[in-house]
Amino acid sequence: MSVVNYDEDVLIKEQGFDDHFHDHHHGDKYQSGFITKYIFSQDHKMIAKQFLITGMMWAIIGAGMSIIFRLQLGFPEDSLAWLKPLLGKWITVNDAGIGTLAPEFYYALVTMHGTILVFFVLTAGLSGTFSNLLIPLQVGARDMASPLLNMLSYWFFFTAGIIMFCSLFLSTGPFAGGWTAYPPLSALPQASDGSGAGMTMWVASLVLFVVSVLLGGINYITTVLNLRTKGMTMWRMPLTIWAFLITAILGLLSFPVLVSALFLVMFDRGLGTSFFLSEIFIGGEALNHVGGSPVLYQHLFWFLGHPEVYIIILPAMGLTSEVLSVHARKPIFGYKAMVFSILAIAFLSFIVWAHHMFMSGVNPFISNFFVIFTLIIAVPSAVKVFNWIATLYGGNIRFVSAMLFAIGFVSLFISGGLTGIFLGNAAIDIQMHDTYFVVAHFHIVMGIAAFFGMFAGIYHWFPKMYGRFMNETLGRIHFWGTMIGAYAIFWPMHYLGMAGVPRRYYRFDNFDTFSHFGQMNQFITIAAIIVFFLQILFVVNFFVSIWKGKRVATKNPWGATTLEWTTPIDGIHGNWPGNIPAVHRWAYDYGKDGVEFIPQIVPLTEKEKENAEDLH
Amino acid sequence: MDLSVKKERRYHSKIHPHKFALWAGCASIVMLFAALTSAYIVRKAAGNWLEFKLPVQFFYNTIVIIGSSITLQASYYFFKKGNAQLYRSLLVVSFILGMVFLGMQYSGWLAMESIGVELAGNPSGSFVYVISGLHAAHLLGGIAAMIVALVHAFVLKYKVTNQRKLRFEMTLTYWHFMGILWIYLLLFFVLQ
Ligand code: HEM
Ligand SMILES: [Cu+2]
Repeated sequence: MSVVNYDEDVLIKEQGFDDHFHDHHHGDKYQSGFITKYIFSQDHKMIAKQFLITGMMWAIIGAGMSIIFRLQLGFPEDSLAWLKPLLGKWITVNDAGIGTLAPEFYYALVTMHGTILVFFVLTAGLSGTFSNLLIPLQVGARDMASPLLNMLSYWFFFTAGIIMFCSLFLSTGPFAGGWTAYPPLSALPQASDGSGAGMTMWVASLVLFVVSVLLGGINYITTVLNLRTKGMTMWRMPLTIWAFLITAILGLLSFPVLVSALFLVMFDRGLGTSFFLSEIFIGGEALNHVGGSPVLYQHLFWFLGHPEVYIIILPAMGLTSEVLSVHARKPIFGYKAMVFSILAIAFLSFIVWAHHMFMSGVNPFISNFFVIFTLIIAVPSAVKVFNWIATLYGGNIRFVSAMLFAIGFVSLFISGGLTGIFLGNAAIDIQMHDTYFVVAHFHIVMGIAAFFGMFAGIYHWFPKMYGRFMNETLGRIHFWGTMIGAYAIFWPMHYLGMAGVPRRYYRFDNFDTFSHFGQMNQFITIAAIIVFFLQILFVVNFFVSIWKGKRVATKNPWGATTLEWTTPIDGIHGNWPGNIPAVHRWAYDYGKDGVEFIPQIVPLTEKEKENAEDLH
Repeated sequence: MDLSVKKERRYHSKIHPHKFALWAGCASIVMLFAALTSAYIVRKAAGNWLEFKLPVQFFYNTIVIIGSSITLQASYYFFKKGNAQLYRSLLVVSFILGMVFLGMQYSGWLAMESIGVELAGNPSGSFVYVISGLHAAHLLGGIAAMIVALVHAFVLKYKVTNQRKLRFEMTLTYWHFMGILWIYLLLFFVLQ
């Protein structure tokens, strides 16, 4: 392999595109004081870090909750009295000193865990972080189209988080009706403890969250479509950018539908309407609500809910594609097929929502329609998987942490995707619905896989964010432990589910049919605790590396082709000190004509130009 | 200083990024109302549905909002043509028409209530309140933009700059969008 000789500074100066950015003194406004630099920053790179670190905080809280309810499931007889200092009145200690978790609070924990992980961590923490960091850097823009709206996007997210966090301390507890917030638990304040103030704060928080997603998404779309640098045609964009673009479009079209559902819920709660409520008796008394339909809520919710799972996974797919290609030193296999499969998945994701409702009493003929489209999603998904594996095949693979996590992503996506095909058949879903099989399916394919994509991204772009590397040894321990641990947690759940063990139950030991799963539940809980501590290890590695990690010596430590690696090691406002680089080629010239990698800023050689003409 | 204001700052864009962003925002509003109107259809198909006549205010109001769109467009025309007098007065007229629209919507809701179609009654009525109410709420955004435009018109010295043209065009786009949205909603209620 030879290397191509180039000097970014000279290339950017000679070939680049002068946008007169540095003619004016505006950098100072963004970077001058502590507050404008670190808190109310309008710089996309800083906002990315804010999203990431906030997301990490939420991940710790959300995962911590799961440890508490896993303890309850794995060791229902054991005392939880030691948690009393943390949980207060939600632990009741009897005369013998045995502490039990309040069942209502168990539901609250499950609900909050789902809400936090799905929305705050895997939506905001994932696409908020990487869309912000990478879109301007990789398309060659000074910043987002509207830095102000971008900043607001973060602060709406932050406020949404504060409200949700406060709801944890309500005397009636946070909302406890599941992350999907189905009525009547969500629509009747008197339905359960958490349905009162807890639900009110849940709705308020989510509406602000949606505002954040929309402000962010509008910016991402506008930046990708309008602010690409000279030469950066759509077909030259890295797959990360394609993924972020389509993710943002999905969010823009589906989150408003969630808002409409939440609005109607609010009216039902506060103003006595009956959109989702009908003929309900509480405490032997009939309520006034007549004529509503709870299934209507499910339609509206899942019209968002299904695209939402792709809003979570597409960015992880984009990050994985990029990391796989860079560290396999090979072009991504089937670039255009990758783009078209993203588009196909995005389109199909809007017409499959009722596969979450096969058991909600939707007409079986309508179910057929949804079964077919659901199963068709397996096709573009399989195309992607095939292309990732083909990218790895014969590659000169560097097994760094980022790469390990990207490969892990592929494994998880296969395992979890396959179980989706079971669930997508309405007849099989009769048995599987609302069991641990579903829990296993979506945790592997969405939860863990998306985390793996995120980890791959963090290890890979950490040098870009902080000018240092994360510790590689700890990274590998983190990977192997999490990979094995995650399968240890979720693989057994498939068996539980096939045996019919329902999800969201407080304990199983007093059911004859399920009590023999006690040991399996213990095993899962122990694995979950180990995996939890491995994530703490990651967090420690992250923060220590910010200050103590190995310094990055060159601009392009991974030998990558994309534009972010042509910027100064310590990011500056406006990203490039002089001109904006111009782009001459796609993002995946690895191993071309025996050259290890050719960055996008390097002009075509005479030979390449000839070949390009031959193609026409 | 905004990063995208000057034309030469952008390479690939034909449309100003802020305008593009506005269109994207409108798309999300379209989805909000598409969701509500489909919910209406689904719920109606399930039966137990009260039929009632829409208040006349809703129909007159359509004329009001179309009128305001026309006057706003005209105001923009005179703004560019250099006729400060007409530009200012037509802007005021548009603003007043916008406020009239909101007032008439309110009286429409009162009229519905007076014939016994209450918010907390049969969902057929609740839907009309909620959908038209959300439309009015979004219209408030347009009113706010017009207030800014009024301040600019009367406080700043009259001058046609790219920046001001852009701002005006965005207000105009949003206002027309609100008008079209209302026409869609009214047709929807009538035809459904
Ligand atoms: C081949 C592709 C897939 C198919 C056919 C599929 C099918 C299904 C079906 C039918 C269900 C409903 C099961 C039930 O509740 O009874 C389901 C649940 C779920 N799936 Fe998938 N899925 C696929 C891929 C994915 C992906 C890629 C994600 C996320 C990235 C995902 C996330 C979820 C989630 C979060 C749930 C459960 C939501 C809940 O009830 O709380 N699925 N899937
Ligand atoms: Cu789904």
